[in-house]
Amino acid sequence: MLSSASTNSHFMPPQGTQIAQNVDSLYEFLLIISLISCILVIAGLIYFAVKYRRKSEDEKTPYIAHNSTLEFLWSFIPFVLFMVVFVWGWIVYSQLRTMPTDALEIAVQGQKWNWSFTYKNGRQTSAELFVPVDQDVRLVMNSVDVIHSFYIPAFRYKQDVVPGRYTNIWFHAEKAGDYQVFCAEYCGDQHSGMLAKLHVVPREQFETWLGNDPYQGLPPVEVGRKVYTTRCIACHTLTDQKNVGPGYKGLFGKTEKLEGGGTVLVDENYIRESMMDPNAKIVQGFGPQSVMPTMAGQLNEQEISGMIEFIKSLK
Amino acid sequence: MASASAPGKNYINEKSGLWSWLTTLDHKRIGILYMISVMCFFAIGGTFAMLIRLELFSVGPTIMTAHTYNQVMTFHGAIMVFMVIIPGIPAFLGNFILPLQLGAKDVAFPRVNLMSWYCLMIGAAVAMFSLFYNGVDTGWTFYTPYSISTQNGTIMMVVGAFIIGFSSILTGLNFIVTVHKLRAPGMTFWRMPLFVWALYSTALLQVLATPVLAITLLLLTAERLMGIGIFDPKLGGDPVLFQHFFWFYSHPAVYIMILPAMGVVSELIATFSHKTIFGYKAIALSSVGIAAVSFFVWGHHMFVSGQSEIAGILFSFITMLVGVPTAIKVFNWVATLYRGSIRFDSPLLFALGFLFLFTIGGVTGIILAVVGVDVHFHDTYFVVAHFHYVMVGGTLMAIMGGIYYWFPKMFGRMVNEFWARISFVLIFVGFNVTFFPQFILGAMGMPRRYFDYLPEYQSLNRISSVGAWTIGTGFLIGLGVIIHGLLKGEKAGDNPWGGKTLEWQTVSPPPHENFNYQPVVTAGPYEYR
Repeated sequence: MLSSASTNSHFMPPQGTQIAQNVDSLYEFLLIISLISCILVIAGLIYFAVKYRRKSEDEKTPYIAHNSTLEFLWSFIPFVLFMVVFVWGWIVYSQLRTMPTDALEIAVQGQKWNWSFTYKNGRQTSAELFVPVDQDVRLVMNSVDVIHSFYIPAFRYKQDVVPGRYTNIWFHAEKAGDYQVFCAEYCGDQHSGMLAKLHVVPREQFETWLGNDPYQGLPPVEVGRKVYTTRCIACHTLTDQKNVGPGYKGLFGKTEKLEGGGTVLVDENYIRESMMDPNAKIVQGFGPQSVMPTMAGQLNEQEISGMIEFIKSLK
Repeated sequence: MASASAPGKNYINEKSGLWSWLTTLDHKRIGILYMISVMCFFAIGGTFAMLIRLELFSVGPTIMTAHTYNQVMTFHGAIMVFMVIIPGIPAFLGNFILPLQLGAKDVAFPRVNLMSWYCLMIGAAVAMFSLFYNGVDTGWTFYTPYSISTQNGTIMMVVGAFIIGFSSILTGLNFIVTVHKLRAPGMTFWRMPLFVWALYSTALLQVLATPVLAITLLLLTAERLMGIGIFDPKLGGDPVLFQHFFWFYSHPAVYIMILPAMGVVSELIATFSHKTIFGYKAIALSSVGIAAVSFFVWGHHMFVSGQSEIAGILFSFITMLVGVPTAIKVFNWVATLYRGSIRFDSPLLFALGFLFLFTIGGVTGIILAVVGVDVHFHDTYFVVAHFHYVMVGGTLMAIMGGIYYWFPKMFGRMVNEFWARISFVLIFVGFNVTFFPQFILGAMGMPRRYFDYLPEYQSLNRISSVGAWTIGTGFLIGLGVIIHGLLKGEKAGDNPWGGKTLEWQTVSPPPHENFNYQPVVTAGPYEYR
């Protein structure tokens, strides 16, 4: 059961790339020699411990201080094994790290607690990454706040996403399907909610998707709902319960007390200001500093108006 | 000053009153102070561990919010690393045993020794105070720029760790000088017990590596308080630089945690198999070798951090080199059992448990050192399982074994053997039930430091939580065994296990200046012939 299919070996996730299969072959070799070593040590331990248990209190033991042949062997054999797995690991690592030329490039931005993706034609998505099957794809990644890590278990690949510099990864997905993306570097409250879905789709479907206006024919409130489910859901609920930020239900039209005194009416302008400059007016209980990242430059006018309509609709 | 104490007097009843303990310069009393502190810290850190496992029992919020969970996770890590495992063996068992094993009256600098205990206590108080001052949610690694932008309690925790660092440096310095200057006549380096060799190697690391952590934490505090741009890219700093600095200390710190445990295990295996240790010089020198190489492997914590590919490959290679002396030690211990006369008292059970768990921790360490494979496993539960196998399966098993082994020497009484064995069985079984499933969770891709997880990870997390409560029960019984031994334990002879090292040649509990006569050493430490 453990090593049944080629898609799933030793509890590893499905293999989405050729390199994932290479990683798994090395991993299986490591597992086998680890298992053999553990069995040798533990069996020897138990065998000696039982066989040579004390039978009388005045037993004499032989004086065996060392044995050069044995000591050479048990230093040299592990050394050779370590070198084999080191070189093998190096080869696999080179495959992971050698960037292809002519890859489809997508910009990835990590921001507490959301992944967003920008394509060459300006199409932007959030929490959902679409790529064509059977094509080299390179992700150029950057963070706007703290360190995140872009992790695709099915591709056996992760890379930290660091503010102030670019890092990159590449992959060549073999099969169409949906794959999980995690944030693997601790980044605060919603670290475990900083997820994304990678959709590997046939080329024609990808081209159509890329050319589409994602909001075509949608009323503003539905545009807002789409923005909410990809960008805001980690911190805001649709009830009146507070999560990291306030819940949206009944929020519009409320008068809120501010940190440091004063009140504010939650109207269209306050919502817009809170999205663009979250620290401008902080409601009591969410201060002294707001943890909300700014959405300035992140959302376009259609999305901002959509969000306002969406919040309004939650009475 | 008279070197011999009055008959019937020992270090415990020599003086009385709390004040005599708080101002004592006797290494044995300071060792006991450390024992009490470390046990209290362990209880606190362990409580946080139980809360973590309770929260992770089910998908979704269970007993706390994500924000609280991140603080609990941070305190568990910081307390266990800085206040339990690092001081655990050197400062507690080492303080008590090292001068006895060397045939010395005390450590070289008794006042510095007391000061190092106060450093630990003050540092711990400052660090714990951050709990009431906004808390800390950075994880014990304080990675920038997160630690620069998050709540203010971080400064308290960082300053606490800074002060605790001095405790570690001072203890290390004291041990180095003690080993060089205070050995009994005839005690050459090659006649020193392996526990002393291990503590000596550890002390070198403590003295050389800890200042780097101190400087790093100071820079972090300066950046937070004064806005000096060192690590924060917004101020022109480099966040990955922090990781280099941090792991330059914290990787050697892993060996500060495990080398003394290896020393304890060497003692236990020699004594309970009544046999000369196999490969004495190889074990002694491999401690020093591991300590030396451990300074050059820090980058294996950073394979996916954005450091250069060449750096990653070099660090992978050097990490493999640490594997060799580690493997040598394990083989030597097993070989010592061969044709021995083995008695299964509870300390030996813990030593065998150590070998079992440490071997698994070791081979999984090699898996993680293979750079192409680590890209998948880095920052998943596989890593969490690996380092718990080394730190809990290794260091804590050795501490428990060491306490039961030296208990008769420390207090002149025996522990209840039956309950000591029960505590071993619960800790050993519970440990595997807790952490083995975490290897599988890591292979499946579950990242660490997750407050919540995907539904497919739930069943293994549940098994893990049940295991954690089993370990907790085992340690509670262990505490009961210690308290019962103190109050009602049978009187022990001076040398109940038939040990050959010097601490067994004096009376139990030892007098104020350890020996009623000047011991003279004429042979190696494990002369069972």
